[in-house]
Amino acid sequence: MSTRIFGEPIPRREDPRLLSGQGRYLDDLGHGALAAAFVRSPHAHARIVDIDVSDALEVEGLVAIYTHEDLPGQVGHPLPLLIPHPTLTQARTPYPLAKDEVNHVGEAIVMVVATDRYLAEDACQRIRVDYDFLPPVVGIEQSRAADLLVHDDVPDNVSAHMLQEVGDAPAAIDAAPHRLHLDLDIERSASMPMEGKGVYARWDADDRSLRVYTSTQASTSVRAAIAARLGLPLDRVEVVAPDVGGGFGVKIMHPWPEEVLVPWASITLGREVTWAEDRREHFVSSAHERAQQHQVDVGFDDDGRLLGLDVTFWHDNGAYTPYGIIVPIVTSTQLLGPYKPGAYRVEFFSLYTNTVLVTPYRGAGRPQGCFVMERTMDAIAAYLGLDRTTVRERNFIQPEEMPYDHGLVFQDGRPLVYDSGDYPATLEKLKKLVGWDEFEVFREQARADGRRVGIGIGCYVEGTGPGPYEGGFVKVETDGTVIVATGLTSQGQGHQTAFAQVVAEELGVPVDKVVVTTGDTRRFKYAVGTFASRAAVMSGNAVALATRKVREKALRIAGDALEADPADLEIVDGVVQVKGTPGATIPLSTVAVLSNPLRYAFDEETKRATQFAAPADVDKPPIEEGGEPGLEATAYYSPPRSTFANGMHAAIVETDPETAEIKILRYCVVHDCGTLINPRIVEGQIHGGVAQGVGGALYERMVYDESGQLLNASYMDFLMPYATEVPNIEIDHLETPSPLNPLGLKGAGEAGVIPGSAVLSSAIEDAEGIRITRMPISPSELYHLRQKESTTR
Amino acid sequence: MKPAPFAYHRPDSVDEALQVLAELGADGKVLAGGQSLVPLLNMRLAAPTALVDINRLDQLAYVRIEESGVRVGATARHADVERDEATYDALPLLRQALTHVAHPTIRNRGTTVGSLVHADPSGEMTAVLALLGGSVEIRTAAATRTVAAADFFLGPLESAVGAGELAASAHFPLPEGNAGTAWVEVARRHGDYAICGVGALVTLDDDLRVAAARAAYISVDATPVVRDLTDAVAGQPHDAADWAAAGALAAGELDPEADIHATAAYRRHLAAVLTARAQRAAATHAEQR
Ligand SMILES: Cc1cc2nc3c(=O)[nH]c(=O)nc-3n(C[C@H](O)[C@H](O)[C@H](O)COP(=O)(O)OP(=O)(O)OC[C@H]3O[C@@H](n4cnc5c(N)ncnc54)[C@H](O)[C@@H]3O)c2cc1C
Repeated sequence: MSTRIFGEPIPRREDPRLLSGQGRYLDDLGHGALAAAFVRSPHAHARIVDIDVSDALEVEGLVAIYTHEDLPGQVGHPLPLLIPHPTLTQARTPYPLAKDEVNHVGEAIVMVVATDRYLAEDACQRIRVDYDFLPPVVGIEQSRAADLLVHDDVPDNVSAHMLQEVGDAPAAIDAAPHRLHLDLDIERSASMPMEGKGVYARWDADDRSLRVYTSTQASTSVRAAIAARLGLPLDRVEVVAPDVGGGFGVKIMHPWPEEVLVPWASITLGREVTWAEDRREHFVSSAHERAQQHQVDVGFDDDGRLLGLDVTFWHDNGAYTPYGIIVPIVTSTQLLGPYKPGAYRVEFFSLYTNTVLVTPYRGAGRPQGCFVMERTMDAIAAYLGLDRTTVRERNFIQPEEMPYDHGLVFQDGRPLVYDSGDYPATLEKLKKLVGWDEFEVFREQARADGRRVGIGIGCYVEGTGPGPYEGGFVKVETDGTVIVATGLTSQGQGHQTAFAQVVAEELGVPVDKVVVTTGDTRRFKYAVGTFASRAAVMSGNAVALATRKVREKALRIAGDALEADPADLEIVDGVVQVKGTPGATIPLSTVAVLSNPLRYAFDEETKRATQFAAPADVDKPPIEEGGEPGLEATAYYSPPRSTFANGMHAAIVETDPETAEIKILRYCVVHDCGTLINPRIVEGQIHGGVAQGVGGALYERMVYDESGQLLNASYMDFLMPYATEVPNIEIDHLETPSPLNPLGLKGAGEAGVIPGSAVLSSAIEDAEGIRITRMPISPSELYHLRQKESTTR
Repeated sequence: MKPAPFAYHRPDSVDEALQVLAELGADGKVLAGGQSLVPLLNMRLAAPTALVDINRLDQLAYVRIEESGVRVGATARHADVERDEATYDALPLLRQALTHVAHPTIRNRGTTVGSLVHADPSGEMTAVLALLGGSVEIRTAAATRTVAAADFFLGPLESAVGAGELAASAHFPLPEGNAGTAWVEVARRHGDYAICGVGALVTLDDDLRVAAARAAYISVDATPVVRDLTDAVAGQPHDAADWAAAGALAAGELDPEADIHATAAYRRHLAAVLTARAQRAAATHAEQR
C-alpha cells in the first residue's frame, strides 16, 4: 500500500449525514402506522384490583386496548432471564404487561393502540386502574433490612449472593502491620441516550413475515426473542436497527416489553404499529444503574503494599433481574484495576427494590469498583503520608508479569487474565501530562489568591471485547464498491468509518469505496451485540479476517487473468497489479465480474464473464471444486477470553470557599486500548465517556422518595452536564497491542466514564481536606460536609 | 408526552386577541413563547380547552425606552431585551439578569412578559421587576389596569393576570440617583434555574458612600423577595462597606425551602454570600457609571 489508512484519524464518514438531519431514527419511520401508548403504574408497589377501560372506548381513533388478560399463551409470560448465573437463585423478570402486581413506578399495565400517539395518550388518560397498595422497598438500606419485601417469595430481598476468594484475605489483613476500613457509596444514574427506545413492526400477512425496526444494541438477539415469543419461524422475522441515537447500555437489555407487544399487536391487528418512548417513560420504564454500597477492609505494609483486601457490597438491582447479575460481577472483578491485591475476598448481595430495574450502563459496575479501589489507595497514602501515585506504583502489576492471572472468574465466564499492559508507563505519561510533581507550586499560588484547588487521580483496567463471537461479511461488487456487513449494531460509535478503515487497509482499496452495514439481520444473521467495549475487537477482527479471504480469492482470480503467480500480485487503490511490473493490471471490479461465471450478461462489463467471452479450460468446471461464485467471504472471530485495556485520569479542581461550587480546571487522560484503528474516534469515545463520568460524579442521581416516586424524571431535574460543565479534555495514548487478536485491538467504548467518580472525589478531597466517601457530590452536600468537619474539629 | 386536545386561535391584532380572550373566558390560555407552557401541555400538567397564540401581535413586539423607564411589550423576546443596546445603556440590570435566564435558544423564543406572568419563583425577571418597583399593564377588551410588582406575584406560578386578560407590557423603572446594579446567582448547571439568585441595587451619594442598598431574591420563597439592606451599610465607603453584614441581615430574614438540589440551610448560606457579592458588584458598578 502506498499510504496507510488503518490508524489514521480520518473524520467520521457518518457525521455529514447525521449532523445535517439525514439520519433515520426509529421515529422517522412508519408514517401512517398505528401508534401505541402505555398506561404505566403510578405506584411503586401495588396489587392491581381492577382495570376499567370503558371511558377510553369513546376516544375517536382508538383501535385496541390490551391488558395482560388479552395476551395469548407465551406472549403474556414473564420475559426471559437473559443471563442465568448459578448464584442468581431468585431471578424474577417482569411480565410484558403487569399481571396482578406492579413493582415499580412506570411498569406497563395497559397497551393502547390508536391512529396516532396523541389519541393513544388521550385514551390512556381515560383508563382507570384500581390498586391495593403494598408498602414499597426503596433504597439499599431498606432492602437490606428486609422488614418489607419486594417479592413475597424472596424472603430477604436477595436475588443473588456471590463470593470469590483468592488466598485468605481476612487472615492476611489480621496479620498486616496496618489496617483500614472504608464505607463507600455510589448513587443511581442511568444511560440516558438522547433517543429513547422505540419499536416499529410491519406484518406482511401475504408473505407471513414480520419486519421489526427497533432502537436496540442487539438486533439478532431481539429477532430470536420475538420469533420464540410469537411462535414464528426464525426465517420469517427480520430485525433492523436503524440509526440509533445512543444506547450506553440501556438498549442491550432486550426484549423490552414493547419489543414483544408492538410486533404482536401488528400481527393481531394486521396493521403497522409503532411506539417511540418519550423521555418521561424512559426515566421510569427503562433501566438505571450504579447504586451500590461497599465496605472495604484492607491490610498493607509500611510501603503501602496491599497484603489483603476484603470487600463486601450490596447492589441495588431494582424490581427485576432480566439481565442477570453482570453489573455486580464486573464490580467484584474489575475493582482490582492495575493492582495486585495480595489475598482477595469479595462478596456481594444483589438486592430487590421497588424501583426501575438495573442493567449495565456504560462502565457497567466498573465506575463503582474503580471508586472503591482508588479511594482505598488514597486512604492508604493519607495514612502513611505517602504520595498517592507512589502507593499506586508500588502495587502495580508489572509489564513483565503479563499475562497476569488474578485467579478469579470474569463476567464472560472465563478466567480473569490480563493479556497485556504497561501500567508504570501509563502513570509516568499521566504525571507528565498533568504536571503532578509541580502541582504544589500551583496550589501555593492559588492559595495566595484565596483560591482552593486540589488534584486527583484514578486508574482502571477494563476487560473489553468479550466473546462469544462476531462475524463479518465482505463483498466486492462488480462496480468496485466493497460491501461490508456485521451483525452487531451502531449507536454512534463510528463503525461505518472504523470498519471501513480495516477493510480498506486489508484489501487495498480507497476507504470511500467501502460501505458498512450494521445491525440488520437481513444482511448478517449471526451476532451477539454492541456492549462491553467489544465492537472494534470483535467485528473489527472478524471483518479483517473476511477481507483477508476476499483478498486471497481476488489474487487467485487475477492471477489466472494476468497469467501471474498470485504471490507476485498486490492490490493498490482497488487495482490488482504485478509487483514491479507496470502495465499488468486488472481492477478489482473486473475481478468481481470474473469471480461469477455467467450465462447471461446484464451490462457491458459482465459480458467478460459469459461462456464464449474468453478461451477456457473446457475440462475444468467454471467454478473450481469447493469454490463459490462471487468475490465475497464471511468470517468469524471468537476470542479465548476478554482483552484488557487500561487508563489513568487526573483532574485538577477548584472549590469555591464560600459557595462550595466545584469547578474542574483540567482533566487529563492517558489511555491504552491497544492498536488504534482511528485515534479521532477513540478520542471522541473518551470525550463522551468523560462527560458521563463528570455527570456521575457531580450532577446525576435518581432521586426516589420513600414512596418510590422518582422525583426528577425530566431533563430539568436530572442534571446531565451540558458542554459548559464538561472540561476541556487532554489526552495522551499508549499502544500496547493485545496478543489475543489479529489486529491487536482492545476496546475503547466505555473507558472514559470509569474513573470519573474516583478521580473527582480524589481531587475534591485534596482541595478540601475532607474525606469524600459518597458520590455524586453536589455543592449543597459539600457545604454540609464542611459544616460537619468544622464542628467536629 | 403529547398534549390533550385543545382549540387553537391565532389572532392578528391586539383587539382581536382581546375579543377572543373575552369570549373564551376561563377556557382560554395565552400562548406566548411557549417555553414554559408547551412542556406543561405535553406533560398534561395543564390541559386548557383553548390556546390563544399571541405570536402574531407584532404591535407588542417592542422594547421602548421611556422617560421613566424601559417598557417591554408582550411579544418581545428575552433576546430582544437582552441585546438592545439603548436598553442596556439605560438599564443595565435587564441584560445583567437576562444572561442568566436559560440558554440563548430559549431566550430567542421565550418572552420577558411571559416569564413575569408565569411567575416562577425562580424566574430572574420576576425579581428584577420587584427590585425596580416596576409594573405590568393588563388589558381586557373592556379595560386596562396597571398592577405594581408588589401586587403582581401572588404565589408560585400565580400572577395577577386573570382569565380573559392579556398582559400587554411590563414597565421597568430607571433607578434614581447614582445607582449601580448587579445580578449574581448559583445554578447547578449553566443556564439552569438558580438555587439562589440575587439582584442588587446600590445608590451612592456624592462622596461615593452608600446611600441605599436593596436586594431581590429568587428561589428562596414562593414569590420574589425584596429586602432593604441600607441599615447594614448606610454611609460606608462604596469600596469598603461591610457587605457581609448586609448578607447576614438579608439571610437572617429568609426562610427558603429544601428541594432535591439544595438544602434550606445551604440556600440561606448562599443568600448571604451572594448578597455580599452582588452588593459589592453593584457598588462598583455605581462608581463606574
Ligand atoms: C430549558 C429551559 C430553561 C429555562 N430556564 C429559565 C431560567 O433560568 N430563568 C427563567 O426565568 N426562565 C427560564 N425558562 C423559562 C423561560 O424564560 C420562559 O420563556 C418564560 O418563563 C415564559 O415565557 P414564554 O414566552 O415562553 O411563555 P409561555 O410558555 O408561552 O407562557 C407561560 C405562561 O404565561 C402565560 N402568558 C404568557 N404571556 C402572556 C401574556 N402576554 N398575557 C397573559 N398570559 C401570558 C401563558 O398563558 C402561560 O401560562 C426556561 C425554559 C426552558 C425551556
